[in-house]
Amino acid sequence: MADRITLQVARYRPEEQSAPTFQEYEVPVQKDWVILDALNHVKDRIDGSLSFRWSCRMGVCGSCGMTVNGVPKLTCATFLTDYAPGPVRVEPLRNFPVIRDLIVDLGDFMRKLVGVKPWLVRKEEKPISEGEYRQSPAELDAYKQFSMCINCMLCYSACPIYGLDPKFVGPAALALAQRYNLDSRDQGGPERMEELSTHEGVWGCTFVGECTKVCPKNVDPAGAIQRYKLEAALDWVKGVVMPWGGR
Amino acid sequence: MTPTHDVILVGGGGAGLRAAIAMAEVNPQLRIAVVSKVYPMRSHTVSAEGGAAGVVGADDSLDEHAYDTVSGGDWLADQDAVEAFVQEAPRELLQLEHWGCPWSREADGRVAVRPFGGMKKMRTWFAADKTGFHMLHTLFQTSLKYTSVFRYDEWFVTRLLVDDGRVHGVVAIDMKSGRVDTITAHATILCTGGCGRVFPFTTNASIKNGDGMALAYRAGAPLKDMEFIQYHPTGLPFTGILITEAARAEGGYLVNKDGYRYLQDYDLGKPSPTPVLRSMELGPRDRLSQAFVHEVEKGRAIDTPYGPVVHLDVRHLGAKKINSKIPFVRELCLKYQNIDPITEMIPVRPVVHYMMGGVHTDINGATPLAGLYAAGEVACVSINGANRLGSNSLPELLVFGARAGKVAAEYASSRSDGPSSAVFAQAKDEERQLQAAFRGGSGKGEKLAPIRDEMQKAMEEGVGIYRTGASLTGAATTLRTLQERFRNVSIDDHSQTFNTERISAVELGFMLDVAEAIANAAVTREESRGAHQRTDFPGRNDGKYLAHSLVSRNADGSSTVGYLPVTITRWPPGERVYGR
Repeated sequence: MADRITLQVARYRPEEQSAPTFQEYEVPVQKDWVILDALNHVKDRIDGSLSFRWSCRMGVCGSCGMTVNGVPKLTCATFLTDYAPGPVRVEPLRNFPVIRDLIVDLGDFMRKLVGVKPWLVRKEEKPISEGEYRQSPAELDAYKQFSMCINCMLCYSACPIYGLDPKFVGPAALALAQRYNLDSRDQGGPERMEELSTHEGVWGCTFVGECTKVCPKNVDPAGAIQRYKLEAALDWVKGVVMPWGGR
Repeated sequence: MTPTHDVILVGGGGAGLRAAIAMAEVNPQLRIAVVSKVYPMRSHTVSAEGGAAGVVGADDSLDEHAYDTVSGGDWLADQDAVEAFVQEAPRELLQLEHWGCPWSREADGRVAVRPFGGMKKMRTWFAADKTGFHMLHTLFQTSLKYTSVFRYDEWFVTRLLVDDGRVHGVVAIDMKSGRVDTITAHATILCTGGCGRVFPFTTNASIKNGDGMALAYRAGAPLKDMEFIQYHPTGLPFTGILITEAARAEGGYLVNKDGYRYLQDYDLGKPSPTPVLRSMELGPRDRLSQAFVHEVEKGRAIDTPYGPVVHLDVRHLGAKKINSKIPFVRELCLKYQNIDPITEMIPVRPVVHYMMGGVHTDINGATPLAGLYAAGEVACVSINGANRLGSNSLPELLVFGARAGKVAAEYASSRSDGPSSAVFAQAKDEERQLQAAFRGGSGKGEKLAPIRDEMQKAMEEGVGIYRTGASLTGAATTLRTLQERFRNVSIDDHSQTFNTERISAVELGFMLDVAEAIANAAVTREESRGAHQRTDFPGRNDGKYLAHSLVSRNADGSSTVGYLPVTITRWPPGERVYGR
């Protein structure tokens, strides 16, 4: 194993540059280091101006997504040695406006997230004093997978549809909508259907499946979207065949 | 002049979001701001794993939860606060259930509970072993439906604005633009979490720099019980990633290099094949971390490139239980340690995890400064005393987040006056200082990283699991020198757009202040209690120190330590008994 590796890091400082460039840094290769450790080595020892987000370093806060050799990755969970002998190319997540260096603008996702109403909707709230809503382990399993999304944005970065049409609600927000739709305690499905069964909603997805491939938490957004399409279609059929209400 | 908002929350983790929702529900007219240096769902609550305690079982009682908490805290907790806490915790956990939190369930659909360290009954609610993650996302997603909650995402607070003993808001940097702005409010609630990053080896995220503690301390509010630092007994070597106590609650063993369950040698009970509550691996964290140090001294630990370790063995639980009850443990071991706990033992060592101390508050989260509140790990109410029990911190941030939210909302609703011109003059001054800062001062210019590294080393060597007067004084002296060097810090980055180096510099200043407060509180307490173990004063001294330490900052940056008696209601100080 070589003891040094070259990082080719995308730099973009809007106050100084009109377009991104690459800067090379040579860092030591250590067995336990992830890409994020190498970036922190650069920031602490070589160039304090290199900018990126990170926080938990255990794959659950969702801050440190970047494009590593062309693939969206959580850099805290991606080992440097996997890229030996290098060089390793580190770029910001794709399909997002870049604010600075490796930091992208998440504003669009944050707005879309609110749009899918990612909260429990009840026609009537049961008083807390009456205890919990019962939910069997099987009912929990029905949505659990979609509740594991850490909002890391790797799926948006991988999604070719979002790349072409920024109006597309996108994988994570749709998976989170399904997380609530499939929750036995929730009654907000019809409300969300209005938002989701549009061209920008689930029908925007052509089932490329890249989102599911890159998801670090096995959420399977593509599966969530396909399932929703089926439900939306059945809903439409029921509406036509049984106009008095099939639901 | 009318303030920008009615209430500002600094920090958007579990405590901050719970407080925000509480306020939005109490008074929908209130203009609430959440100012956070990260998007709320990135907050460190996300990393909490094992669970959240709240009495539900028919065989359990509030008194038992209170007694476990009081004795676990070596009688330093305020018992009126503990009683309020155990009473309100179940309701808060149910409230989260009603908001959609995916709690793990029993076959009949009721919420499931598991055992936890130092708890005599099964009362820890859990969402597999990602409890904090699910709680945080549930709170964040629920908060989105309240339109009165306005968010300043990625805004970093540098100063509290104080006039005539009252807090009127904050100065903050909009990280995206680099603009320094003033945000005023009738009330401000600090919910910024702990400060694990003052140590080199910690479970804490990079954002845990004691921001809120330092903001309050500089503004004139005292810090309480700062000498009590929790080492979690089971962190992965090198990364410090937490392996949850739930691994032991589900039946994992701690063994030394001979495969021996060494906790039986430390007055923690006798080994049993299945977990026994308040015994052995389910003893309290302070005692388990201290036992590790003795195993190392006896030469019975395992040496690794990252220091001595012991083994956490969960192999006998089997693949099915590991995958259903502690899947994140397996995921973390596979991804970060390259081992599979189904077939291999997990190397672990104690790791800095939690601050029992924090900003001094009353039972409602109010600090001595009018208009300033604190909740969650940043605060010290105190319910945790000298040692927090696992699974008490998540319900704590709910109970006291909601309490602080309610009283701050009442306070803000009762005020109609706005900030004075003195407040804006202070804000201008802070803006000028920020623009001029970190350009090398009068010296040749110091880099951030070496000062941070030396601070962390001083804390580990002088203020670790076992301390002495000499080790603490040594650390305090080093920290003074580092404060001097910090004045001459010079950063590479002087651009406005998302200048993370400037933020790190301010954070380092916060950490140095907090580290000094910790060292000074620790050197003054000449006894051993809970997580504060002085080898030069090995016994607990209730005659002198059944009291909270209060560190106040003097004008010259030095500190003064005073004491406040502990509130005892029903449980007079006694012996902490585990395993017998």
